Amino acid sequence: MSTLTAIRQGRQGYWLSTPALALYLGLLVIPLLLTLVLSFNVFDYSSGIDGDAYTLDHYSSLLGDPYFYEIFLRTFWISALTTLLCVVIGVPEAYILSRMGAPWRSIFLILILTPLLISVVVRAFGWSLLLGADGLVNQTLQAFGGSPMKLLYTPFAVVIALVHVMLPFMIIPVWTSLQKLDPAAEQAALSLGASQLTVIRKVVLPQIMPGVLSGTLIVFGLAASSFAIPGLLGGRRLKMVATLIYDQYLSELNWPMGAAIAVALLLLNLLIMLSWNRMIEGRYKKSLG
Amino acid sequence: MAFVQLEGLGKRYGEIDAVVATNLSVEKGEFVSLLGPSGCGKTTTLQMIAGFVEVTSGRIVLDGRDITHAKPASRGLGVVFQSYALFPHMTVKDNVAFGLRMRKVANTELQLRVDRVLKLVRLNQHAERYPRELSGGQRQRVALARALVIEPPVLLLDEPLSNLDANLREEMQFEIRRIQREVGITTLMVTHDQSEALSISDRVVVMQAGRITQIDAPYTLYEHPRTEFISGFVGKANLLPGERDGAGVVQVCNRGDGELTLSLRPEKIDLREKGQGRLQGQIVSRFFLGSQWLYGVSTALGELCVVRRNDGSAPMNEGTPVGLDWDAALLRVLSVDEVPA
Repeated sequence: MSTLTAIRQGRQGYWLSTPALALYLGLLVIPLLLTLVLSFNVFDYSSGIDGDAYTLDHYSSLLGDPYFYEIFLRTFWISALTTLLCVVIGVPEAYILSRMGAPWRSIFLILILTPLLISVVVRAFGWSLLLGADGLVNQTLQAFGGSPMKLLYTPFAVVIALVHVMLPFMIIPVWTSLQKLDPAAEQAALSLGASQLTVIRKVVLPQIMPGVLSGTLIVFGLAASSFAIPGLLGGRRLKMVATLIYDQYLSELNWPMGAAIAVALLLLNLLIMLSWNRMIEGRYKKSLG
Repeated sequence: MAFVQLEGLGKRYGEIDAVVATNLSVEKGEFVSLLGPSGCGKTTTLQMIAGFVEVTSGRIVLDGRDITHAKPASRGLGVVFQSYALFPHMTVKDNVAFGLRMRKVANTELQLRVDRVLKLVRLNQHAERYPRELSGGQRQRVALARALVIEPPVLLLDEPLSNLDANLREEMQFEIRRIQREVGITTLMVTHDQSEALSISDRVVVMQAGRITQIDAPYTLYEHPRTEFISGFVGKANLLPGERDGAGVVQVCNRGDGELTLSLRPEKIDLREKGQGRLQGQIVSRFFLGSQWLYGVSTALGELCVVRRNDGSAPMNEGTPVGLDWDAALLRVLSVDEVPA
């Protein structure tokens, strides 16, 4: 018996996962638990954090203050809109990509991935140059006789930059599931009398739903917790949850409140993503396995 | 005019001719196989008929209608793909009903037709299953049912059996032929398997390097192969040098440098005692094929292949000297291949 099969059969095989587990435990689970504990600590503006006293005050003020509701609501509609736009743009793009010929396909795939190679901060500044009060867009508008518009520090700027950043995360899972499709199935549908549009709607789309689902989960999760783009393009007034947490930690120095908001964001995010996953997967699980 | 007519059909990919000026007539209800090695243009020809590949030159006429440039959907042909191309997210029933739904067939009639065709392919028990829950042979039959249910004028089969294992393949050959006879549908099948083509077709079209090199009924094709390539591709063949004797009868030329190339099938050679027959040799190899023995016999004209029925008697041993005999009327004169194989 080889060592490998011995490891597979025995329990000692689980030890192989120690490095990954240690990393996961040390860098994710423990900090999360510390954050959770912190969110229950008492905070006083004159004396700071009291690590021995516990309270539910932060959560009750979170639940009682409409100011927080507004920010949470804004975060989720901006994330949902970003996800929707990523589906609308990314799915057809992935489909076209999968239909391309040999040299072009890899060229365009790399082009789609290039945004990932540039820092989010740099890209956000790029957008603020374009969308600023005397940025390129407004200069062009004025050159054609239009009046300048307020673009920067609006939800529009945040959504457009988020879509730009998130698009690869939608295209790649969709593209992967498109690779698994049998091209002959499309020909079969055509020969059975379906139009090209019907083929996409009835044959292609249902089969790539698992890819679209993972894409939406990744994009929504990343968008709802994004910090740099809302921070730089949303400005001081258009706050999202991540920027709010940052303010609580670094401006107000109210760490327990920041921790409470972070925990709330995590829970809400999980709740939304799990129910979305259930809803979509339930529909396609039986047929696609 | 024939039911399906290919007139000078051709396809060019850049500099390469995949199919060259092909003419073929298929009668209504006929089962025709396109047989050839891979890359001979048989699949391209089928795809042009189905409408998946643009035609470069020539015409395709179906029942008097020119469909050369018609869209696949408007041709209404039934196509069965090598990979079956079932819709994995639909049940067997929905797969089969797809073509009828596209034709907006009323629900009651749709149910009736789906049930009928599933019975025909013996899958009525599996209507609610998904393709991944079926075996290869069952998927094959779903693909067949899906193509047949729209009652197409022509059924196109692209290597329909190549993904099945040997036993199942034979079973499905007969199954396809049974269904084709029962429905009476005109069928064109592409295959690279000569035994498949011989066993179920009315006529076999041999293709080589984009051209048709012989069209005949299976028996005629086997007994009278036109060229060296065909004699070797369809069944096994011994190639012998030959010449015409004084009376004009073809004979094997024992000197080894005849002006003709002759083909002699392995099962047409008799094994005799040493010293008897037309040619002397020695058995050098022996393979057991179950119902037959396959011998390699070394002779002055090279190594010949001889097939003997397994009649229960003891087989010959390697090294045994034997005499070979045959009926001169079974020798076939081959013409030189006009296309490179």
